Amino acid sequence: MQVNDNKDFQPLIVAFCCNWCSYAGADLSGTNRLNYPANVKIIRVPCSCRVNPMFILRAFQRGADGVILCGCHPGDCHYTSGNYFTRRRMTLLFSMLDFLGIERDRTRVEWVSAAEGAKFAATMNEFTEAVRKLGPNRRLEDLRCRKQ
Amino acid sequence: MQRIGVFVCHCGTNIAATVDVKKVAETLGKEPGVVIAQDYQYMCSESGQNLVKDAIKEHNLTGIVICSCSPRMHENTFRKAAAAAGLNPYLVEIANIREQCSWIHKDIADATEKAVILGRAAIAKVHLNAPLTAGESPVVKKALVIGGGIAGIQTALDIAEAGFDVDIVEKNPTIGGKMAQIDKTFPTLDCAACILTPKMVEASQNERITIRSFSEVTDVKGFVGNFTVTIKKKARYVDETKCTGCGLCTEKCPMKKVPNEFNMGLDNRSAVYIPFAQAVPKVATIDPNYCMMLKTGKCGVCSKVCSAGAINYKQQDELIEEKYGAIIVATGFNPIKLDKYDEFAYGQCPDVVTSLELERLMNAAGPNGGTLLRPSDKSHPHTIVFVQCVGSRCDDSKGKPYCSKICCMYTAKHAMLIREKYPDTEVYVFYIDVRTPGKNFDEFYRRAVEQYNVHYIKGMVGKVTPKSDGKIDVQASDLLANEQLHIDADMVVLAAAIEPDKTARPLATMLTTQMDTNDFFTEAHPKLRPVESATAGIFLSGACQGPKDIPETVAQASAAAAKAIGLLCKNSITCNPCVAHSDELMCNGCSSCEKVCPYGAITYIDKEFRMPDRTTKVRRVASVNPAVCQGCGACTVACPSGAMDLNGFSNSQIMAEVDAICK
Repeated sequence: MQVNDNKDFQPLIVAFCCNWCSYAGADLSGTNRLNYPANVKIIRVPCSCRVNPMFILRAFQRGADGVILCGCHPGDCHYTSGNYFTRRRMTLLFSMLDFLGIERDRTRVEWVSAAEGAKFAATMNEFTEAVRKLGPNRRLEDLRCRKQ
Repeated sequence: MQRIGVFVCHCGTNIAATVDVKKVAETLGKEPGVVIAQDYQYMCSESGQNLVKDAIKEHNLTGIVICSCSPRMHENTFRKAAAAAGLNPYLVEIANIREQCSWIHKDIADATEKAVILGRAAIAKVHLNAPLTAGESPVVKKALVIGGGIAGIQTALDIAEAGFDVDIVEKNPTIGGKMAQIDKTFPTLDCAACILTPKMVEASQNERITIRSFSEVTDVKGFVGNFTVTIKKKARYVDETKCTGCGLCTEKCPMKKVPNEFNMGLDNRSAVYIPFAQAVPKVATIDPNYCMMLKTGKCGVCSKVCSAGAINYKQQDELIEEKYGAIIVATGFNPIKLDKYDEFAYGQCPDVVTSLELERLMNAAGPNGGTLLRPSDKSHPHTIVFVQCVGSRCDDSKGKPYCSKICCMYTAKHAMLIREKYPDTEVYVFYIDVRTPGKNFDEFYRRAVEQYNVHYIKGMVGKVTPKSDGKIDVQASDLLANEQLHIDADMVVLAAAIEPDKTARPLATMLTTQMDTNDFFTEAHPKLRPVESATAGIFLSGACQGPKDIPETVAQASAAAAKAIGLLCKNSITCNPCVAHSDELMCNGCSSCEKVCPYGAITYIDKEFRMPDRTTKVRRVASVNPAVCQGCGACTVACPSGAMDLNGFSNSQIMAEVDAICK
């Protein structure tokens, strides 16, 4: 009996990390040698609120299978209030993506502080696994952008 | 046409062991616009930097990508190198292939492929980088020290000595910290109070130092050189400016059954109290959990006896906002709670005590006036058993995985002091290893064994059982003699592991500094930057960074002070040029960006535009003040017309990175 059809599928995951908390948290999980899959590719942004919904749509269009956005914990934003904007914007965007057929498990916002290296690694392991189970993103992928 | 150079660092074997660096360099060399791709053992070394500088000059590069460690580590190093070679420092991009690639992946093929993709994203970004010029921001010439133990006091004294104002924020009613509770210090056996209290007084008398006792940091905003900190001054119900510290209120207070924290709960204090005789500031504090007046409104004795009229039952918590240029964390440690260690009968038997409790029992200002007596029946103990590593070097979830470092030495000290004062008392020490690295430390331990005949037994204590006759049965194994032992002890002393203070983690979050899994603050570099945090302007002092004894704590405190002074000496620091800017032609003046800006950096100006039909028209457009903007980018997403963009992280740059990763 096969439980998971997508065991060999290698999803492409784009992670946007804010420079002050989550990027430092990602560095910390590296310093502590906490493994997470190589599927995750991190893009550094100054604050999670810098992430334009366009970037996420673009990632899905270009063939990303999952997009995760990491920022400082609510109340701890380096720029005071940036992550509150993120929280509201992404709530709207993800519900729209859900409507378009991008499953909820392909998108996520997570708060990771600079001290939470272990949480960063655990989140990435968990998220990659969730996306792997869903299989490739076919809804928003632009076939003209597909790898030859 | 862009001319881009790619430099791949081996970082010794840190990167090269899991990433095929030669292949990365070779693959990235074929990317469009890349004219040179090299790998080198240590790119951050001087010869590595020279390699980058030479390549910039030789190939007339318009942008460089360094595939190395985190930009949080060496971005500045390479920006400086680029600037030295005549390239704008903001034309440098770092691909993080160490912390986010080689250190977390084990498979060489996977890691190499990911390194290539990260390099490709950086190349895509650097294609669109624009040269930027950094402005300057002033440094507030004042430091904040969080924590008033020996680490905080030493740091504050050193900074004040250099001519800068310092505030010490201490959560307890007095400064002094753990050292004030200690009886004697190893290896010289001088009295802790005798060397600490003069320093406390010195701190209180130094006009550059402000001691904010019974206060806590509740919020930190801002950045290096310009932090805005909110400090909560907790209500102590006593006017600090009026109280003379005479202590009459503490004598007359009818509520005398409050466990005395300073004596580790071994005796009682009154509801209005001064923690100890040499407290600084020597001001009474009312404990609202026990004060009859505050709880029931009936009493008021302290207010009647206070001739200075300092008692104020209506005092409220007060929030103070202050600006600082540098922040030094000195939050210290606590012994762990031993409630999970049922086998040692701690909490069941009053004669099983922790080492810090023993310090108080032996201290002249302690509950027994310096005579060592059993807490249960106040009799003289004839056999004392010390248990080492209680909660230290523990694999299970009950304890801590690390060595607490100070326990071996203070146990040797306790054993020696007891044998010196009470030669008829037998002392047994059960240990896993005795660790005594440090100046005169091993000699000290050997003196305890050879001169004072302390029985050191290698082995673990299995069970401590209180017996009905008041004795305590200690069941242990002697590993060297390979036998089981039963000792009839009068007292058992547990060397509890130490852990960072509970306030440290919320503070780290406020300061956006890193912590390890044990809640110790992480230093910027474990060897080369041991007193700085990775966040600029935040420094680490004392045991908040790791277990330390007093000499090490003082050394680190002075080192942290030196680093903070280095920052405070500067009149200004270069500020981030990665700020938002508005394209006036596209801006329609809708005010969306102004509403989301947390700094109020955006204003609107009326500007004259020439229209295609050669007429002019005045339009309202957004204008960003680059000195105020911190570069978060909230406005860039809020802008409906796409007029707002962020230098260094522009829409097109991030989009290019997304494309490169998803290619």
